Amino acid sequence: MKIYVLVEQRSGVIKDSSLQAISQAAVLASAVSATCVTALVVGSEISNIEKARSYGAEAVIHLKNDNLAFYSGSGYKEVILSSIDTNDSCIIIAANTSFGKDLAAKLAVKLNAGIVTDVVAINSDGGKLEFTKPIYAGKAYQTLSLNSTNKVITLRPNIFPAVVSQNLSTLEVKEVGTPSLSAKVIEYKKNEGKLDVAEASIIVSGGRGMQSPEHFKLIEELADTLGAAVGASRAVVDAGWRPHAEQVGQTGKTVSPTLYVACGISGAIQHLAGMSSSRYIVAINKDKDAPIFSVADYGIAGDVFEVVPALIKALKQ
Amino acid sequence: MKIAVCVSFVPDTASKIKISAESSAVDTTGLTFILNPYDEFAIEEALKLKEKLGGEVHIFSMGNDTVKEGIRKALAMGADEGSHLKTDISFDAISTAKALADAIKNYGAELVLVGKQSVDTDGGVMAQLIAEFLDWNAVPSVTSLTIEGVNVTAESEIEGGKEVISTSLPCVISTQKGLNDPRYASLKGIMASKKKNIAEIAVVLENLSTTFISASLPPAKPAGRILGSDSSAVSELVRLLKDEAKVL
Repeated sequence: MKIYVLVEQRSGVIKDSSLQAISQAAVLASAVSATCVTALVVGSEISNIEKARSYGAEAVIHLKNDNLAFYSGSGYKEVILSSIDTNDSCIIIAANTSFGKDLAAKLAVKLNAGIVTDVVAINSDGGKLEFTKPIYAGKAYQTLSLNSTNKVITLRPNIFPAVVSQNLSTLEVKEVGTPSLSAKVIEYKKNEGKLDVAEASIIVSGGRGMQSPEHFKLIEELADTLGAAVGASRAVVDAGWRPHAEQVGQTGKTVSPTLYVACGISGAIQHLAGMSSSRYIVAINKDKDAPIFSVADYGIAGDVFEVVPALIKALKQ
Repeated sequence: MKIAVCVSFVPDTASKIKISAESSAVDTTGLTFILNPYDEFAIEEALKLKEKLGGEVHIFSMGNDTVKEGIRKALAMGADEGSHLKTDISFDAISTAKALADAIKNYGAELVLVGKQSVDTDGGVMAQLIAEFLDWNAVPSVTSLTIEGVNVTAESEIEGGKEVISTSLPCVISTQKGLNDPRYASLKGIMASKKKNIAEIAVVLENLSTTFISASLPPAKPAGRILGSDSSAVSELVRLLKDEAKVL
């Protein structure tokens, strides 16, 4: 049994969610008596490749080709498949991001493996793996196992810790030929200067209670103060006040940050589903009976336009 | 162009979820079912492409007899016909994708559209799985799609931005909010849908790669504290975030 971690890089920088996946792979390796954990990074120049060596894998392999600086579903799949030892069974692990899901699904079919995405807990008692994942945007959890010889899983970011290991992984840079680029990224449009709700450890969200799109300046200012991403309820996204990328909830993004601050959000069931697994929740809302208070650790049942500026001021001090 | 659209029929997102008595699965009895919201973008995009390029739109859905109602809703929006991949047992993403890919291959589609994720199982990889079984490319989470001849350019939403992806037909596209505004079924459309054909395809599922062990509700959160009703509570809030929660 071998374990491979699909390491994600954007613009040549390895993502933290991939380091978490490497650490979890190392934890699983002892539970399932895997002989080796290999972290595979596909790309051109990787500025922080050294960092990937510190999270418990035996080996980090950089599959290098200048044509693979940007993601290519077809190309990355081909390069990774050629690096997997198909004479042995394997577990493929990636973070549950766009990149991780895309590659994981392709490899699952090619390796005749079962797949579980968005795993938030793994039970390995007795060497048998049971995976738990949220369903219905977190309104329920499903526990399941994979009967296939090869297994593919993606891990929800920020659930499994990245743990620095005593032993440094070996690093091999392997020049690879150019694979099929029949599907490839030709341009990356970064949301300038903004953190994404799916990746942020703190989120400040606004809802209808903000009363107008202009008032989201307050939300942005509080987010800046906290180093947080801006989130939004479905109501304000549907009203066109905020972009869809910020929507938190069952038809937006499901998030589990360390701190979620809900401002002027009453807490529709779809919204609560998408954020109630946050570690700490603060709610600021005029209506003390709003459902958001049922999931909040700390609440202020007051006017957002009075409380939020005071909070910004207090945090800046 | 022959366009296949894969849909799922799911509990309304406003549903309160219950677990079955033996704790093995979610109990959906009594819930209202709707077309998976992300699949509505797929249906709308298919109809727009048909209006522009000609061709036909065929709906595929897998499950027990209730999914037929979902197919009927898609037909009411304007799709031409449907296929019901019938099974009464629980199935996983891989077996669904395999069955759909087989049916789509028989149909002879050049383009497959599917919602980026089904809001019940929240797997989020159906497009890629179907594509892989067909040996095609897939573009996930698409918010803008241009097809010129066989050339496909799509904007795919990723964390913190968008990727512009270039590929070619045939391919599988998964649809995300922002791509279009799905139309409502007109009364005429609803009447017409009743006469449209839904073929039944029996699906035999064996050697599932997944064993479903149990389902559970999230642990109940202890009631939180309301610290006050105006800005005088802010200093206590900041103190708690620092000293108790230790998140600042």
